[in-house]
Amino acid sequence: MSSPQPQMPQAAPAWQAAPGSAPHPGGPGYTSPIPVVRTHLGNAIASEWTKIRSVRSTMWTLGVFVLLVVGIGLLTGIVVSSSSSDLSGENALSLGFFGLLLGSMCIITLGVLTTASEYGTGMIRTTMVACPSRGRVLAAKAIVFFLVAFVVTLVAASLVAFLHVAMLDGNGAKEPSGGEWLKSTVGISLYIALLGLLSLLIGSIIRHSAGAITIMIGTVLAPLVIALFMFSESLQGVRDALFEYSIPSQLSVFYANSLNTASQSGPSGWDPLWIILGATAVAFAGAFALQEKRDV
Amino acid sequence: MIELEGLTKRYGEKVAVNNLSFTVRPGIVTGFLGPNGAGKSTTMRMILGLDHPTAGDVRIDGKHYQQLKDPLTYIGALLEAKAWHGGRTAYNHLLCLAQSNGIPRSRVRDVLETVGLTAVAKKKTKGFSMGMGQRLGIAAALLGDPRILMFDEPVNGLDPEGIHWIRTLMKSLASQGRTVFVSSHLMSEMALTAEHLVVIGQGRLLADTSMADFIDRNSRSYVRVRSPQRERLLDVLHQAGIVAVESGDGVLEVDGGKAEHIGELAAQHRITLHELSPQQASLEEAFMQLTAESVEYHAHSGTSPASPEPPRQQWGDGWKRG
Repeated sequence: MSSPQPQMPQAAPAWQAAPGSAPHPGGPGYTSPIPVVRTHLGNAIASEWTKIRSVRSTMWTLGVFVLLVVGIGLLTGIVVSSSSSDLSGENALSLGFFGLLLGSMCIITLGVLTTASEYGTGMIRTTMVACPSRGRVLAAKAIVFFLVAFVVTLVAASLVAFLHVAMLDGNGAKEPSGGEWLKSTVGISLYIALLGLLSLLIGSIIRHSAGAITIMIGTVLAPLVIALFMFSESLQGVRDALFEYSIPSQLSVFYANSLNTASQSGPSGWDPLWIILGATAVAFAGAFALQEKRDV
Repeated sequence: MIELEGLTKRYGEKVAVNNLSFTVRPGIVTGFLGPNGAGKSTTMRMILGLDHPTAGDVRIDGKHYQQLKDPLTYIGALLEAKAWHGGRTAYNHLLCLAQSNGIPRSRVRDVLETVGLTAVAKKKTKGFSMGMGQRLGIAAALLGDPRILMFDEPVNGLDPEGIHWIRTLMKSLASQGRTVFVSSHLMSEMALTAEHLVVIGQGRLLADTSMADFIDRNSRSYVRVRSPQRERLLDVLHQAGIVAVESGDGVLEVDGGKAEHIGELAAQHRITLHELSPQQASLEEAFMQLTAESVEYHAHSGTSPASPEPPRQQWGDGWKRG
């Protein structure tokens, strides 16, 4: 690529030559003809929206996410419906679980990259110079990311839910109730978007993409793996808690086919949503405090 | 106007910026000069509110950076090269900055035009050369048409044409009444652009002076004279009240620009001259002298008188002889 011809700044382009309407308060010097706007959160949100839609990692992670959720959903649907197995009373929605469990990794990655990649590239300095209110930057990132993650998950999860119910009509599946519909579409989407938001905040705290992604994937998988190796009788309580409160298990609550059907002590109903909401709120407070305190 | 008051930044034990106080005024280019590691970038980061000062204060038109709600229309900065996401296009990079400050979208095209990047506006920035990167950084600084501009080492990585462009740009920005604050580690570069000079070394203020004063005070002009009749010449010069200093190899140095006078004197006394040349110590030398004690990273050259004697016995001498 050849370097473009530099153009000398003209002596007085229109925007520079235009006389300033009112002298700038605060002393002599140059007055810009550009109207000075008092910025607000909306400006930061518009900026973050431009940022998130203009990098390829967003397209990649969300593309793979939709592919995983819909692809795995279709596969399980086809396998179950063609195996003439009887779902006997289970509703068809529960088959969506596997795709979303795997897909959540993509949302985690995108969440981390939204913040941590700015530290990796040095963009964060440009961002903070443009918007010195660090809380506003974090809030704008959180809002934009949450909405994107929620909408994409909702579309993918709903699509899979409709497909499953239609495909498994003749397999003895129970007609899902309105509450079950709500949980397996809006509920699970809120949960996954919040899980992504938690990743975004961890990314802001860790400031390192690979590190933050590893931590988040560990958070999703480690409790189950650790629990698997707790044979000892004395650790029974810890083991059950790890199982019940692990993120995959919490995800399964939205499908009422809880992984821990043996003991009914774990979270149920909408509990997982409140748990992840609490964790995200704590992480937000931590990320905010650290961002105010640290040098960029 | 940028005002620093006792600005200090400590990283643990190390003092990066030590009690800096100076003012950057509008209407002129102020050069911020210092060797590598002197604390220039740290100071600039503190001005922009990126780093919190350990002590002291810095204000932009009387306000802290954090208090500026639309900072890009106030102050534009080129920090280190390529402080952006390489996967984003130049246009989108500038667009997201414009949006965050409520700057009209049309300004993005304007500044791309100004820095000459229109042709690559829709290209990803990771393919940009160093010079194109600098241009994009400058475009971002100009985006809000700010009254204050800060450039950290703007000529780094630019080709001669680009350097010339930057110089002209900085001067024209200052002539419009803007405050222009530009850092460099090259005295020669500053001599061409800056009207005022702030020199720091190891985080301390070494000079805060106008460029004209600095040149007057620091660039020693002298005349170099060589003659086979050195003793006679010295006598003649002495009688004429001219002080000459011997500087080894039979060379005499006479302070002040009196080459004609010395030549005439020599001719009158029929003294042969082998050399008679007016000399000017470069600003670069003056700058190096000023910052000599405060250079962070010395290169160890073998000719340095301070370096220890090389060991007599070279490694491998023994077996080579054996």
